[in-house]
Amino acid sequence: MADPIITFDKVNKWYGNNFHVLRDIDLSVAKGERIVICGPSGSGKSTLIRCINRLEEHQQGQLVVDGVELTDDVRAIDDVRKKVGMVFQQFNLFPHLTVLENLTLSPMWVGKMPKKEAEEKAMEQLNRVRIAEQAGKYPLQLSGGQQQRVAIARALCLKPKIMLFDEPTSALDPEMIKEVLDVMIEMANQGITMICVTHEMGFAKAVADRVIFMDQGQIVEQNNPHDFFNNPQNERSRDFLSKILGH
Amino acid sequence: MGPAQSFTPIAPRPAPIQTDGLLPWIRANLFGNWQTTTGTLILGGLLLWLLPQVISWTLLRAVWVPNAEACRVDGAGACWGVITEKYRLIIFGRYPFEEQWRPLIATALLLALLVASCARPFWKSWLVLLWAGVLAIFFTIMFGGVLGLSRVETDRWGGLPLTILLASLSIAMAFPIALVVALGRRSGLPAIRSVCTIYVELIRGVPLISVLFMASFMFPLFMPQGFSIDVLIRVLVGITVFAAAYMAEVIRGGLQAIPKGQVEAAATLGLSYWQTQRKIVLPQALAMVVPGIMNGFISTFKDTSLVTIVSLYELTGAMGLALNSDADWRPFKIEGYLFIAMIYFTFCFSMSRYSHWVEKQVNKSKQR
Repeated sequence: MADPIITFDKVNKWYGNNFHVLRDIDLSVAKGERIVICGPSGSGKSTLIRCINRLEEHQQGQLVVDGVELTDDVRAIDDVRKKVGMVFQQFNLFPHLTVLENLTLSPMWVGKMPKKEAEEKAMEQLNRVRIAEQAGKYPLQLSGGQQQRVAIARALCLKPKIMLFDEPTSALDPEMIKEVLDVMIEMANQGITMICVTHEMGFAKAVADRVIFMDQGQIVEQNNPHDFFNNPQNERSRDFLSKILGH
Repeated sequence: MGPAQSFTPIAPRPAPIQTDGLLPWIRANLFGNWQTTTGTLILGGLLLWLLPQVISWTLLRAVWVPNAEACRVDGAGACWGVITEKYRLIIFGRYPFEEQWRPLIATALLLALLVASCARPFWKSWLVLLWAGVLAIFFTIMFGGVLGLSRVETDRWGGLPLTILLASLSIAMAFPIALVVALGRRSGLPAIRSVCTIYVELIRGVPLISVLFMASFMFPLFMPQGFSIDVLIRVLVGITVFAAAYMAEVIRGGLQAIPKGQVEAAATLGLSYWQTQRKIVLPQALAMVVPGIMNGFISTFKDTSLVTIVSLYELTGAMGLALNSDADWRPFKIEGYLFIAMIYFTFCFSMSRYSHWVEKQVNKSKQR
């Protein structure tokens, strides 16, 4: 595989003393690769991607992101977070700031960018997710789909090399899912490395280079979408697919 | 086009019942059903019975001239003359009589500063300098000893100027301390967390009076001979430390209401701990606890009346002093208390209205 940008090497994580949430994860993600992670709830999908920007810490094994190993070293963590953008299920926009302020906050305070420049860059990103006309509003004045698109734009303002999506459409009404997926598909076509936890199998078929199926903290199966959906090898992935596609 | 239709006119309807104006309001709110009607009758009756007596005592039979003899006549009402006679003593306490223009000017300045600090255009970093400047002028005017002003020791300061000074300084200092303690109680470092917890629990466990007592009488015992800190400052520190402990808990309540996702989002955007607190957590947390914080401010304002216990005669103390020291006027304390109650109410009600305005400002982002 060409040039891995993320490598998990025998990564283990426990919650508390006995809940083994990640078991011997070995995973290598190539630059520009688009990965969809699926699996039943509680299988460790979210935990896995949250380890990549150290929202969760792993207890065993080695995790390297763009040449930086994640340890307790705060500077390494800061370094990694500058390269990794994240979109959450619950959007996590800052409700007391306007849409534009949500986007300029980090460039101005972390990147020390002048206000005017930060606002111009932010408007570019808002245009990209087709929501520029809402720049002056507060997040709670927008629909769920609009909020999630703002959240994507906010993450993009940092020019990340890697984008993590943690069930980005699970909190949305059905008619809003498409507008968010469209934005994500557009991003996928621009060569950014994407790791997406989602149950949107249509999205996986359309853009993923690889689908990873997780269960009980393990990577059970991984394959290209065509083979994964048409010819799942493992019994658990067959069972899972029949549940989510079977109706 | 469809086939031609014939229309039958709708029968005229009666005009809607009038819903605004005084009479409909009374009907709806005071006599809506038998419960409200009973309530209205009982409370109305009570009011009709009480109000004439109150008006008669406070206004009709009241004595307005500063003449204690006239007040003692049988059937005389409120003796407002006591205020006319003693207001300077009540308001300025034991401050030298001929020099009372000094606390007047100093307090006016301090009040102007407080009002300015409440207004948005003044919420700039130079406000801190303005505070320093005004406080320097305040203490210079009050203390004297320079510019040809005679020196007035702090134990002679009193009345409303002392109340306002103690309240505004202790509130201004308690708030930042409370912020730090509230954050500290949620710190990841056990040492910081326990220090903050012990501080809050110790202070909350004792009454303010005992804190003032310790600040005033016990503290000097532990100091080396000849070394002393002004009692005013010791008391100020006591009130501040006390108010901060309570306020810290109010703020902590707000901090706990911030969803974890907010901090995570800030982390993924690369914000440091302090940036996250300053830009994301505190603005939202404080907005939620504005009523609680203002509650603390108001009770601190009124708690200053306890410093009388250590012989600093602020408004309440000065009132007692003014009337107790004069046998002629001593019987008319009720009027004196009503007078200072009115002063306290003016300040506290203004704070309450201001808090209402702040709440509206900070909740703008929640309006749809």
